[in-house]
Amino acid sequence: MFTLSDIKKSLLVSLWFMFLTFPIMVIRVNTIENVIEWRWNNMILVGLGSFILSFLWRYMIERKEAGRKKAETGVTELPLFQRIVGNRRLSVPGMIGFSIFIIVFPFAFSSYQVNIMTTALIYIVLGLGLNIVVGLAGLLDLGYVAFYAVGAYSYALLNYHYGLGFWVALPVGAGIAALMGILLGFPVLRLRGDYLAIVTLGFGEIIRLILENYNDFSFGPSGIANIPRPGFFGMEMSLSTAIIYLYFIMIGMTLLTVFVVGRLENSRLGRAWIALREDEIACQAMGIDKTKTKLTAFSLGATWAGMGGVIFAAKTTFINPASFTFMESAMILSLVVLGGMGSIFGVIVGSFVLILLPEYLRGVGEYRMLLFGITLVIMMVFRPQGLIAKVRRTYKFEREEVSGTPEASRQ
Amino acid sequence: MEPILEVKNLTMDFGGLRALDRLNLNVGQKEIVALIGPNGAGKTTFFNCVTGIYAPTQGDVFISSSRNGNRERINGLKPNQVTEKGMARTFQNIRLFSDMTVLENVMIGRHCRTFSGIAGAVFRGRKTVREEEQIKEDSFALLKKIGLSAFVNDLAKNLPYGAQRRLEIARAMATEPFLLLLDEPAAGMNPQETLELDELIVRIRDTEGISILLIEHDMKLVMSLSDRIFVMDYGKKIAQGTPDEIKNNPVVIKAYLGEEPDA
Repeated sequence: MFTLSDIKKSLLVSLWFMFLTFPIMVIRVNTIENVIEWRWNNMILVGLGSFILSFLWRYMIERKEAGRKKAETGVTELPLFQRIVGNRRLSVPGMIGFSIFIIVFPFAFSSYQVNIMTTALIYIVLGLGLNIVVGLAGLLDLGYVAFYAVGAYSYALLNYHYGLGFWVALPVGAGIAALMGILLGFPVLRLRGDYLAIVTLGFGEIIRLILENYNDFSFGPSGIANIPRPGFFGMEMSLSTAIIYLYFIMIGMTLLTVFVVGRLENSRLGRAWIALREDEIACQAMGIDKTKTKLTAFSLGATWAGMGGVIFAAKTTFINPASFTFMESAMILSLVVLGGMGSIFGVIVGSFVLILLPEYLRGVGEYRMLLFGITLVIMMVFRPQGLIAKVRRTYKFEREEVSGTPEASRQ
Repeated sequence: MEPILEVKNLTMDFGGLRALDRLNLNVGQKEIVALIGPNGAGKTTFFNCVTGIYAPTQGDVFISSSRNGNRERINGLKPNQVTEKGMARTFQNIRLFSDMTVLENVMIGRHCRTFSGIAGAVFRGRKTVREEEQIKEDSFALLKKIGLSAFVNDLAKNLPYGAQRRLEIARAMATEPFLLLLDEPAAGMNPQETLELDELIVRIRDTEGISILLIEHDMKLVMSLSDRIFVMDYGKKIAQGTPDEIKNNPVVIKAYLGEEPDA
């Protein structure tokens, strides 16, 4: 188990870490007495810690490699999650329990809890929208938050100027965002990969900067306040009722998104997206209109961001450009990647982890972002396919040789 | 006979390099035509120009669909529009959708002959469901014809090499072409696979009535398959004719083997 070379490797790792952390962990200048404190025991701790962790690291890598070898030999077993979903005895009670939990949740927990849950749900919708663009069509979009901003500002401005209500603004905001998606789509049609990422990043920044600086239009950094919450046939609601109401709207939205995105994925259009991701030239040569397919991906992705934006504006009742920084785009993208690119359940789990975890980690104070970063690094090293890896529903053809009637079905 | 593909004075410049120089070529109905030439002669560039991947600098490409007989100029059209008009191609370096199943690869080929859009996908009405079923069954029928039905649910990347080449042909055929452009279909195949390919190409021509234009380096295959052969070198057409004429053409021999020093 522990060979000499293993120990030697770990020793090197711990030496390296001791050297790396030397300036910050060992040396401290005491400015009052003007002396340098040498904290050698810190160095020993770092050395020991990295020595042990390096063993763990190597063990994990080995496990991962073993898993990959197994996959190559063809004996792949479905991931745990898919096995649970596939098993009716487990999945049906699970679904019922989960549904009950969702319904009871806002009544059993505080408004704060309901609020952060609503936020997480908004991110699920955003993640699923981005998933169309990134996961299915393979277009890396780093400016996705722009569409979110467009949705939010559509509602805020339309309400401010024309008094439009939430329910009217929801489709209108989605429509405007979809239009912006097409507008962004046109110039970037030729781009792929890194170049596309840079351009979309720029687009996201442009939208934010316009909102920040075009005072006459967007009220600049001071933002727009007093955005009404969603109404329910003109009924007056107390704050806590309104929060619960919004929570249920969001549950509905999430279900709708999961349904629509799931259907899109398993359609003629979804197939074209996946083909486009796999090979653009072959895709065109097979008669798929690249322009149209890419633009639909962009605009459909943006639609969900627009709706998310409208709901966000209604939830916070105040928006300003600070809510739509690149950090948001990065967050949405990381929850898609962390959860599992292309996987709907992955996005749901990813956004719960990424949005709720930092909330609950508030107790750890400053360290929470550090933990967040470490989690991402570890995830990408050991499980690059995401928490819940995508098992694509491939179209399979099953036919009974006897009857000779081909019966197509999906697995 | 009215040609179904007619290329007139096709010229393609890449900066200062003239890759194709006033090339004329035509393919008739139910004909198998081969395009040969040494490496770098511009054969694949020719394919790319004809199928819309490159926009040719000069010249015209006309097609007359064997279905409706309309003569149309197609240069300047995008690749997908060319495919829609009825010309499908395969690639020299296999370009399958490797992470999709064999069936899905062919289903992609059906894309341009089917219609359901966003609304159809979301509401999944009866029409969409029926269309999807039809796509699947058509694709499977095609795979059976090409002899790939055993692999139907495998990922394309897991297929043996020869089968991948055949799958490319199947995928191209799913677009319902009247002319199939095959770019080195036998490259990397063993003699047995080449023989099967020979038989397959003839069968496609005879049973489907599809004309075929192919680039190929395997002379045995070219000579046995083709009705006519065009020979290219340095972007120019240097010869054309039946296999027998080409075999004995001194210009062709010179292009391939070089000139005899004492001649």
